[in-house]
Amino acid sequence: MMRFMLLFSRQGKLRLQKWYTATAERDKKKMVRELMQVVLARKPKMSSFLEWRDLKIVYKRYASLYFCCAVEEQDNELITLEVIHRFVELLDKYFGSVCELDIIFNFEKAYFILDEFLIGGEIQDTSKKSVLKAIEQADLLQEEDESPRSVLEEMGLA
Amino acid sequence: MPAVSKGDGMRGLAVFISDIRNCKSKEAEIKRINKELANIRSKFKGDKALDGYSKKKYVCKLLFIFLLGHDIDFGHMEAVNLLSSNKYTEKQIGYLFISVLVNSNSELIRLINNAIKNDLSSRNPTFMCLALHCIANVGSREMAEAFAGEIPRILVAGDTMDSVKQSAALCLLRLYKASPDLVLMGEWTSRVVHLLNDQHMGVVTAAISLITCLSSKNPDEFKTCVSLAVSRLSRIVSSASTDLQDYTYYFVPAPWLSCKLLRLLQCYPPPEDGAVKGRLVECLETILNKAQEPPKSKKVQHSNAKNAILFEAISLIIHYDSEPNLLVRACNQLGQFLQHRETNLRYLALESMCTLASSEFSHEAVKTHIETVINALKTERDVSVRQRAADLLYAMCDRSNAKQIVAEMLSYLETADYSIREEMVLKVAILAEKYAVDYSWYVDTILNLIRIAGDYVSEEVWYRVIQIVINRDDVQGYAAKTVFEALQAPACHENMVKVGGYILGEFGNLIAGDPRSSPLVQFNLLHSKFHLCSVPTRALLLSAYIKFINLFPETKATIQEVLRSDSQIRNSDVELQQRAVEYLKLSSIASTDVLATVLEEMPPFPERESSILAKLKKKKGPGAVSVELEDGKERGELNGGGDRGGPNSMFTLSLSLSIFLFVFQSTPSPSADLLGLRSAAPVSGAAPSAGSLLVDVFSEAGPAASSAGVNDDGFLSSAPPSAASEDPAPPLPESDELLNKFVCKNNGVLFENQLLQIGIKSEYRQNLGRMYLFYGNKTSVQFVSFSTTVSCPGELQSHILQLLFTKTVEPLVEGGAQVQQVINIECLTDFIDAPLLNIKFRYGGALQNISLKLPVTINKFFQPTEMAAADFFQRWKQLSQPQQEAQKIFKASHGMDTEVLKAKLLGLGTALLENVDPNPENYVCAGVIQTKAQQVGCLLRLEPNAQAQMYRLTLRSSKDTVSQRVCDLLAEQF
Repeated sequence: MMRFMLLFSRQGKLRLQKWYTATAERDKKKMVRELMQVVLARKPKMSSFLEWRDLKIVYKRYASLYFCCAVEEQDNELITLEVIHRFVELLDKYFGSVCELDIIFNFEKAYFILDEFLIGGEIQDTSKKSVLKAIEQADLLQEEDESPRSVLEEMGLA
Repeated sequence: MPAVSKGDGMRGLAVFISDIRNCKSKEAEIKRINKELANIRSKFKGDKALDGYSKKKYVCKLLFIFLLGHDIDFGHMEAVNLLSSNKYTEKQIGYLFISVLVNSNSELIRLINNAIKNDLSSRNPTFMCLALHCIANVGSREMAEAFAGEIPRILVAGDTMDSVKQSAALCLLRLYKASPDLVLMGEWTSRVVHLLNDQHMGVVTAAISLITCLSSKNPDEFKTCVSLAVSRLSRIVSSASTDLQDYTYYFVPAPWLSCKLLRLLQCYPPPEDGAVKGRLVECLETILNKAQEPPKSKKVQHSNAKNAILFEAISLIIHYDSEPNLLVRACNQLGQFLQHRETNLRYLALESMCTLASSEFSHEAVKTHIETVINALKTERDVSVRQRAADLLYAMCDRSNAKQIVAEMLSYLETADYSIREEMVLKVAILAEKYAVDYSWYVDTILNLIRIAGDYVSEEVWYRVIQIVINRDDVQGYAAKTVFEALQAPACHENMVKVGGYILGEFGNLIAGDPRSSPLVQFNLLHSKFHLCSVPTRALLLSAYIKFINLFPETKATIQEVLRSDSQIRNSDVELQQRAVEYLKLSSIASTDVLATVLEEMPPFPERESSILAKLKKKKGPGAVSVELEDGKERGELNGGGDRGGPNSMFTLSLSLSIFLFVFQSTPSPSADLLGLRSAAPVSGAAPSAGSLLVDVFSEAGPAASSAGVNDDGFLSSAPPSAASEDPAPPLPESDELLNKFVCKNNGVLFENQLLQIGIKSEYRQNLGRMYLFYGNKTSVQFVSFSTTVSCPGELQSHILQLLFTKTVEPLVEGGAQVQQVINIECLTDFIDAPLLNIKFRYGGALQNISLKLPVTINKFFQPTEMAAADFFQRWKQLSQPQQEAQKIFKASHGMDTEVLKAKLLGLGTALLENVDPNPENYVCAGVIQTKAQQVGCLLRLEPNAQAQMYRLTLRSSKDTVSQRVCDLLAEQF
């Protein structure tokens, strides 16, 4: 199973983190820092896999963002690489040519998409259609909910 | 600010995120965040009830702030409120907040569980999925308790929507992993297994993770899944690339599900049913065949997905290890990948081949790729790939190619990355030993290893070479010659000096016939390195020198001069000084025979498993070391696996042990002073026999008279005096109290009565200690037959604590005189009871027999450990199992003065940590107990309550007995 997934930028800014086992905040921060350092130091032609602590790290860079997964000893590296790719495809489809800013400004959406795709570190569904259907349904519900608001009210000034 | 994409309305959030991004400095960001936090706090506290939308927006902002890495300590309640909203997006944000920021607040958990319960029973699939995601994300025990019964029902119910089934399966998996005892599958087992047949591929994909986990834990109950998995796999493998619609990924049908099915089958042995097995073998062959077909797409995703299945199939073939044909095909396939232009494939092929190498069917096939692998080791640009290549070379090594592989590894070591050098050194050392046909090759290899990568040669490695040389006399001469040559290099590694010193000290005589390596030349060569070496190496060299005096009497004058020089005999390091003094004395006093006995060649080492192998296993984890030493003939171990006690200490240990024995055996000689621990021997050499005469005389004296004397004297034990070989008296009733006095101090008067005073001074370093005992005769009459023994009661046998008098005391103690005795102490593992000291002597004819507890307590082996507050609390948390903690609450029996408390805590041996405990009244300490077997980290917290005159003392350590013992000891101190 996947232990965690991190998205971080070339500059070492963490954009998304998902932990599939209970981990103390302190340890999370330490692991993130350590792993970012290791991955950012690697050169383009190097393999996408490395051993780190007792985990296998599988990572891939998409434009300015690194997608980095930690999986267990018996997990399959190549299929994990495609888990990352499928997630990127889902984001791309949803946001329409996704970029780092989409994930920054709509972080909650990125989490929702990930939750529809992976639960507890395992794949829930690999079909792009099924996952996006679930998200779009939610968006429809949202649009029905929302009545327009004034800009001032939005900014908390009203 | 980019255009917000779809269906989103939280502009306030976007503005806030924008602001944060525009902050020029960390300070500005913190300022902006604090402003926002204050704003949100006031909104949440405000009188005006917030509508759902605002609540959602603020909760989302808090979440954003938390994900930036800041602490959030409020908002949980508002998030929980959102859970019961009817609006999907509000509920969704509420769940997200709870998933990311769970709080173990029990009141909150109850509310959350309530909301989840409502959603689960709402029959609204979107709500049900949200609730299931939340359970899976949190996965706590409380949630398992509340929902582990309900979820299997949802999973197998006929009317559950597919999407809900998928979430339920994985949610259940998460709960099972976290609290297996709470998830009872029993009645659901068969229906869960049959999810493998579900029409919906998504349901199968999700369910198979659950089934795999359950099968690996309860293979028998789930074994029906094997045939279902095989038929499902067969259908996928034989389907055309478009059959599975959206489950086809870049022209590969259901790659995730295929991998999972192959993984599930690895929980079981090959199917027994011939038809099932045939079908499976067919699948595996098809997968291997497909690897040879031209790709259907140039995209890397296509080849990755295809190869993911291929590697998983190869794992299954290796797991079965019963189909030679498939194994060899797998090996050939991997061989192709070894030269693939994709780094990822080369990496995986090397990794996978490692496991193939251990199968008897494919070992030879793997070996044919040796040149490619060696080439990979030399030319790969990625260190993680090179690491894999080194692993594979290690795995494919056997007698036929050992010399080639070891040579390649050695030459690679010269330029190897620092990160993998130590492991490479261990591997070379193991291979060289395992496949050594002639031991001169072995010695050459290890010396080369030290020459090339001396810094990475751990103790285990150089201990091992010495051990093998000592145990095999056919290689000793060669070893002496080779180290002698190696030492001639102008700059050689300190490890080389250690090996050289040891081997020449033992076997230098074997090459002394050659004038180019005459004794003096050997000595001068060694001594030319002396000043560049660290203290332990110098100590070893001093021992080599004294061995030289024995081997080559002609070097005696030169060596004595060296020992006598101020830099040795007055060396500021106690160990070196003591060795210099003792060896000098030994060489000048002892006769040649005595010297020859004391400094005899080291006996062969006991045969045990190589500690190098153990070290590599530890480094790589079990299973990673496939090479086992085949024959046990050289399995000696120098160091018993501990971090101390290599040849260095063995050397001296054997030396002092010989002296010890020798002291006992040769009474007439002035040997008592050999160790130079006392400035003057109080009694002449004839005294012992005189003493035993006296014993005889007095033992024949009437028992009545002496026992009367004893009875008169209430201080003394009432043992009948008739036999000098009397059993030691039981410890004095006050001995526990006396022992407690020394828990926090090392020096003082241990015992005193009208006749005798016993003082002690002790010092401890790591797991070793030395205790000086001073016996003072307070009377004006001599004590005769004075003897002392130490013993370890009950469990405290010699394998726990080793106590050794460096010499016996003289049997006569003149009136008013004080005699001294030294005990060397080695703590092998942790212990509870203190050892006993028994003193017997006759005073005016009456036998005095006193037993005391020797104040050797486990805390004496503490090494203080300084650490920062954060470290302390992290470790404290790590030691949270109930048995790791010992606690006592007790009344103060002394004053509660701060300085006194501090002094006692320092005396305990731990480091007193300042500014760690938030309450300045409390004390926290940390230390590591050093025993030969292991190190036990200990954390301590003492909370005084001045008002109540009470203390609470809490100890945490990795070992329950240690926590309890230290707690008991310390509780008596305040």
